[in-house]
Amino acid sequence: MLTSNTIFSRRSQIFGLALIAAIMAGFPVLADDAPAAAPSGTNTKVKIDNFTFNPAQLTVKVGTTVTWQNVDDIPHTVVSIAAKMRSKALDTNDSFSFTFKDTGEFSYFCSLHPHMVGNIVVTR
Amino acid sequence: MSDFDKSVPPQLDADGVDRRGFLECMTWAGTGMLWTLAGGLPSAVTMTKALAATPNTPFTFLQISDSHIGFDKAANPDARATLREAIAKIKALPMKPSFMIHTGDISHLSKDNEFDDAAEIIKEAGIPVFYVPGEHDLLDEGQGQSYLKRFAPQSKGAGWFSFDSQGIHYIGLVNVVNLQAGGLGNLGTEQLEWVKKDVADLSASTPIVVFAHIPLWTVYPEWGWGTVDGAEALSYLKRFGSVTVLNGHIHQVMQKVEGRVAFHTARSTAFPQPAPGTAPSPGPQTVPAGDLRKYLGIATIDFVRSSEPLAIIDRPLAG
Ligand SMILES: [Cu+2]
Repeated sequence: MLTSNTIFSRRSQIFGLALIAAIMAGFPVLADDAPAAAPSGTNTKVKIDNFTFNPAQLTVKVGTTVTWQNVDDIPHTVVSIAAKMRSKALDTNDSFSFTFKDTGEFSYFCSLHPHMVGNIVVTR
Repeated sequence: MSDFDKSVPPQLDADGVDRRGFLECMTWAGTGMLWTLAGGLPSAVTMTKALAATPNTPFTFLQISDSHIGFDKAANPDARATLREAIAKIKALPMKPSFMIHTGDISHLSKDNEFDDAAEIIKEAGIPVFYVPGEHDLLDEGQGQSYLKRFAPQSKGAGWFSFDSQGIHYIGLVNVVNLQAGGLGNLGTEQLEWVKKDVADLSASTPIVVFAHIPLWTVYPEWGWGTVDGAEALSYLKRFGSVTVLNGHIHQVMQKVEGRVAFHTARSTAFPQPAPGTAPSPGPQTVPAGDLRKYLGIATIDFVRSSEPLAIIDRPLAG
């Protein structure tokens, strides 16, 4: 019988294999579903690709600057009501940076394509 | 399928409502749909057919959409050129449409020169144009002020308005403002209230044409292709015998009939987008360079010959 545990562990295995393959191939690894953490005062990147924020879930330390870069050939925006953050329309290869000075959870979205959503957790 | 000049007599229900039972639409390969009111019945014909036919039609209007002036990526390096071609097709029509509606995304990034060029090219058609904005038209500093000033100075709110022409009531709506995270297109309570009032005094036999950028019906929510309160707007139109809803945004033809309401989306003049769920994202679809105009409709004769006209028939008596 296939339990959710087995599915999970299979998934982990597959992810592990993919990770190894990626490391062997010399590619940086970005997982869609694994929160990435970044140390304080640093920069971290979110790629906007195929109408998705990648990674969509991100955990950073207070003071981290997050830079979104749009690589789609359609403009997108990065808007968070809670974080009082609003980019202009980002055309292809345009970037937008925002420094998170408060802790908390900040959901954001693209105001042009609101089905595009992301989340930043800012920790101490 | 009937031909362009076929007319179907209006049918009366037991309740005496004129069902205007027969709506027919054949899409010309995307540059525009030509709408005609023949014998009191709205119908759309391919522009190719219109070019060839010499119909005795009292009234026509035209829809174009998603010209995206300023777009220059692989899917179409020159959106200005394809809009020019579309306008040239319109100018070549033997019967001049009374006006056209543009269902938004006039520009790609709301830049002054994009708006200027679009207006300049579209003006060549020599007929009045009624615009509603797409999300790409509200990207200026003033979040739509530039669009409103240029394209809808007489409108209300974020750019909505209505008008009457030869017995038809037209309603232009804006569903690209104040979009909420995770959501779809959005009309908002102020606009909904206005729609309700706008149609309150109309006779139920008045044909209604509603147009907006994002589809007012749910095409594919995973890609945001729908309007969260579109059904509420349409609920105010329930008592009307003929409602035609014209949208853009999805850069492809999509049609549906629900009771007396016929829904249509028009192609773009700039670039195609994939069919729902057939690609990782709804981004511009790059087709072989020689094929682009088939998707935009410029190579209209081939497109029409190679496929049956898409036809939507509104049959409220059967529903
Ligand atoms: Cu977007």
